[in-house]
Formats: sequence, structure tokens, C-alpha cells
Amino acid sequence: MTDTGVAIDVTEGGAHSAFRMFCRNKAAVVGAVIFSGIVFMTVVGPSLYANTAKEMVARPFLGPGEDGAPLFGTDYLGRDILAGVISGGRTTLLVALVAAFMSITIGLLIGSVAGYYGRWVDAALMRLTELFQTLPTLLFAMVMVTMLEPSPRTIALAIGIVSWPAAARLSRAEFLRLRELEFVKAARSLGAGDLRIMLRTILPNAMPPLLVATTLTVGIAILFEAGLAFLGLGDTSSISWGSTIGNNRGYILEAWWTVTFPGLTIFLTVLSISLIGDGLQDAFNPKLRGR
Amino acid sequence: MALARGIGIRLVQAFGLLLAVIVLNFILIQLAPGDAAIALASSTGVGDPEYLARLRADYGLDRSLIVQLWTYIVNIVQLDFGESFYYEKPVFDMIMDRIGATVLLTSVALGVSLVIGVILGVYTARRPESLSSHGVTVLSLVGYALPIFWTGIMLIVLFAAKLDLLPVSGFEDVRYKGGWFGERLDNLEHLILPAFTLAIVYLAYYSRLARASMLEVLESDYIRTARAKGASERSVVYKHALRNALIPVVTFAGLQFGALFSGAVLVETVFDWPGLGLLAYESILTRDTPLMLGLLIVSAAMVIVANLVTDLVYRFIDPRIRVGGSR
Repeated sequence: MTDTGVAIDVTEGGAHSAFRMFCRNKAAVVGAVIFSGIVFMTVVGPSLYANTAKEMVARPFLGPGEDGAPLFGTDYLGRDILAGVISGGRTTLLVALVAAFMSITIGLLIGSVAGYYGRWVDAALMRLTELFQTLPTLLFAMVMVTMLEPSPRTIALAIGIVSWPAAARLSRAEFLRLRELEFVKAARSLGAGDLRIMLRTILPNAMPPLLVATTLTVGIAILFEAGLAFLGLGDTSSISWGSTIGNNRGYILEAWWTVTFPGLTIFLTVLSISLIGDGLQDAFNPKLRGR
Repeated sequence: MALARGIGIRLVQAFGLLLAVIVLNFILIQLAPGDAAIALASSTGVGDPEYLARLRADYGLDRSLIVQLWTYIVNIVQLDFGESFYYEKPVFDMIMDRIGATVLLTSVALGVSLVIGVILGVYTARRPESLSSHGVTVLSLVGYALPIFWTGIMLIVLFAAKLDLLPVSGFEDVRYKGGWFGERLDNLEHLILPAFTLAIVYLAYYSRLARASMLEVLESDYIRTARAKGASERSVVYKHALRNALIPVVTFAGLQFGALFSGAVLVETVFDWPGLGLLAYESILTRDTPLMLGLLIVSAAMVIVANLVTDLVYRFIDPRIRVGGSR
């Protein structure tokens, strides 16, 4: 990446051409369509589909295609797997969005201050970042959730707290790079204060990579929440994609479909999100295409 | 001399980091609802007043926070991680029993994904528009989006139920009666699926990163110079370019150790691989707080050691980084 010292205009005309660039990336458009479909299914689906995820609807262990079986079969309690797939994303998506938002907020706060002020502030904040990067994320989240009682709130909190270092490093690098550029110096010589420079001058120009990072963080948070739910540390009051896989783990040799479909759903969700992320990357930074 | 000093600084920083992890653990105990003894005793131990009293004495819970913190640190420095309530065994001994299996699993997975990832990356960087290059893009997208625990389960279904090729759980076959060599071979067979599952994710990262980094390096001026002076293509790629292209890959690998261990927790749980990850899962099931916290400290220590090693490798690859070079 070369620094030209020119501020990239991401507003108005910039946003318009960025949208056009995004649409030129076919995979990203496919990703956006799949993701919208999954969100639609999760939000509206449960009220359209007859069965709920928790009730017994047929004989246990009915495979897909067997007599009287729902589309994706039934699990060891005769529950409809498709119903679980449809409604199972609710907590997962919500927790992932909140966690990603938290992670980016903490990361941006710490990274921007470190990158802008430099010196000992930078050194201290980067040591803190290093500390959180050293902790094995999943294990730390597991311990936090267990000690603070599992609930969607604590799970989102735990994921947010363990996943911010990447965002902090990225924001720091951006602020470090941008603060030396001409237009920031110009703003300073015009008498703008630190806060104004950080928020109004640097931040808009640091947004493109941060937006891409936020997208990817949502994907990571979904995998994270699903992993916790798989281990039995999810929200126990509802059925999620991850918990369905965890609950049916003991019966995989008799009933492969009970884990296959929820897992595929998680995979498709995260895949569509990272396709969107790639598209945003192309849209904001066409030079890095295909890397 | 400068090298020794650089390494010395890193060592001091590593100790500081470890101390910070211990303090963070202590804060976590304090934050839990109820007093620290109740948090440490976990739900299984709360009903036992004698046990609670012993915990309070052990951790000095009737004294000020500073004294408590000091006691906690001193205990851990002396490798006293407390006792598992559920298993009634010292936590440190339990962890040492299991640590080898995790080191084996993670290092094999990391090694395999690094080597294959770099080979794939270098190969495809020289043919950016080829089918194999697009293959790496697809692989990296898929590998990134796969829930690792699900991949593991699907491999079990495939290899146990359908093909009956490889052992799908545990560390050894209890029916096996053979010599030392046969036993190791048996362990190796059990290692294949879990290590492969764990490696897929990182293979996805490293192949893409290695390709991007190699593409960038191949465009740089010194590569043009090397070509201009008549160096063979082989020498340009493997001697001049590869070494520089490896730097971001090693940096990234170094930042991934914590995540690698997280992956190990899920993979070990799926495959019943008797390492620290499975122990962590068991400690969650039994709400065994001293064991959980001990695992957190030891695994963080492992990450710190792994980072020190990365740092050494780094200095070896890139002579520009001398004293406390910034990463």
C-alpha cells in the first residue's frame, strides 16, 4: 500500500462508486443475497413454519426422506431439525452482532488513542493488547461465561472482550499512518484540537478497513458463539445451531442429519459474511483485488 | 551482543505478561458473584463448610485484597494451583499429565498447515491467474467459514461410519497389545483426524497469506534487480523472494497461538483427545473453578513461550529486526 497523502472521500460520490465496485464482485453479491436470506429465515421463518424447535413432531431418528419425516429429519427426541435450523440463528446472530460491535468499539478506542498519541501511551496500550492476545480466547470466554452465569448477555460480553485486539492493532496502524499525512497536518495548523482531528479528520479515512474488519468480526463471533453453544455454554433456554450439534453429538453414527444441517447453516452464514467482507475490501481498496 | 540484549528484553516482557495474566485471573475470581471462596469452590463444593473454611485459609480470604493477591501470586509461582474439587487432585499435576497430548496435537497441526500453506502460496503466486490460484481463494474462504467442531464430527461420520479407515476418538486403542513402536504407530493413527481438522483452518489462512505476500514481494525492485543481474528463476524465488515473503506469515502464525489453543479445545472435545482442551471441557462440565483457572494460566504461559520462539525465528529470518524491534 502506498501513501499518496490524499484523503479518500468515502462519502457521497465515494460511497456511490464503492457500491458499484461491490456489485462488480459477483461472489460478494451472492454472499449478500445468501446472508439476507438467512437473516430473513431467522427473523420471519419461525412464524411461517408450522413446527417449533422444541416440540416432538415425529418418531426420533427419522432420516430425511423417510415416511413422515420433516425435510431435515428428526433428532433423538423426535424434534424437527429444520425447525431448529430456522429459529436457531436468532440468539446466535444477535449475540454475534452485539459482540462484534463491542469488539470494534473497544478496539477502535484503544487503537486510535495508541496510534494517535504514540510514545508511552502507545507502549502501555499495546502491552494491554498483547495481554489479551496472549489469553487463549475460547478458554477465557468459557471461564468468564461459567463464572458469570451463561446468558446471551454474558456470552456477548465474553466474546467482545476476547476479540478486540485485532481491531485495536488495525486502528492503531491506521491512525499511526494517517496522522502523518498532509491533510491532518493542515487540520492541526488550522487549530483543530486532538479530539476533533481524531473524530472528524482521521476516523472517516480509517473507516474503510475498519468496516471490512467489522464484517469479518461478525463472522468470527458467530463461529465463537456456536462453539460455546456446542460445548453446552450457550443460552440454555433456546435451541441454537451450535447447541443442536452439541446435543446430537452422541448419536452421529445413527443420525448424521442431526448435525449436518445445522453445521451447514453456520458454514453458509459465515461464508456469506466473509464474501461480503471481500466485496467491501474490493470496493474500498481496488488495488488489493484478488489478494 | 545486540541480539542477546533484544532477547533479554523479550524475556523480561514475557515474565511481565505472565504476571499480568495471573492478576487478571485474580480479578476474574473477585468479579464472580459471591465471595471468592464460593467462586473457587464452584457449585459442587459450596455445600461443604469445612472445604470453604480451608479455601478461605489457603487463599487468605479474610485479609485485605493486596495480601490476597500476593498470596495468590506466591502460590502460583510455587506451582501450587490449588486442588481440583471434583477430582480431589492437585491441579498442577493434572495439567502436567495432559499437556503433552495438546503440545503434540497443536504443533503437528501448526507445522502441517504452515508447510503446506507456504508451498501452496508460493506455487500459486507464480501462476496468479491459474485454476490452482483460484483454488487457494476458495480453500481460504471455506476453511475460514467452517465451524471446526462440525468439521471434526463430519470427518468422524465419513471415516468411521462410511469408510471405517481411521480411529475416530481417543489417544490409543485399548485392545492393542504390541511393542513400543507399535504403540507409537497406534497413537499416530489416532492423531491423523484431529490434527487434520485443526490444520484445515490454518491451512486456509497461511496459503492465502503466503500467496498475497509472495505476489507483493515478486513485484518489488530488488527482485527485478536480482533478475536483471541474471539470477536463475529458482534462485530468485527461493533465495531472494521466499525469505521476505515468509515474514508476514511468521508474524501471523505468532499471533495465532491463542486461537490455535482455542481450536484445540473444540477438536479435543470432539475427538476425545486427552489433552488440556478436553480437560478444560471437563472442568466446565463439573464447574471445577480451580482447574479452569489453572488451565487458563498454563495455556497463557504456553502461548507466551510459543511467542518467544516465534520471536527467535523472526530474528533469524529478518536480520533488520535487532533490538526489541517493533512487530
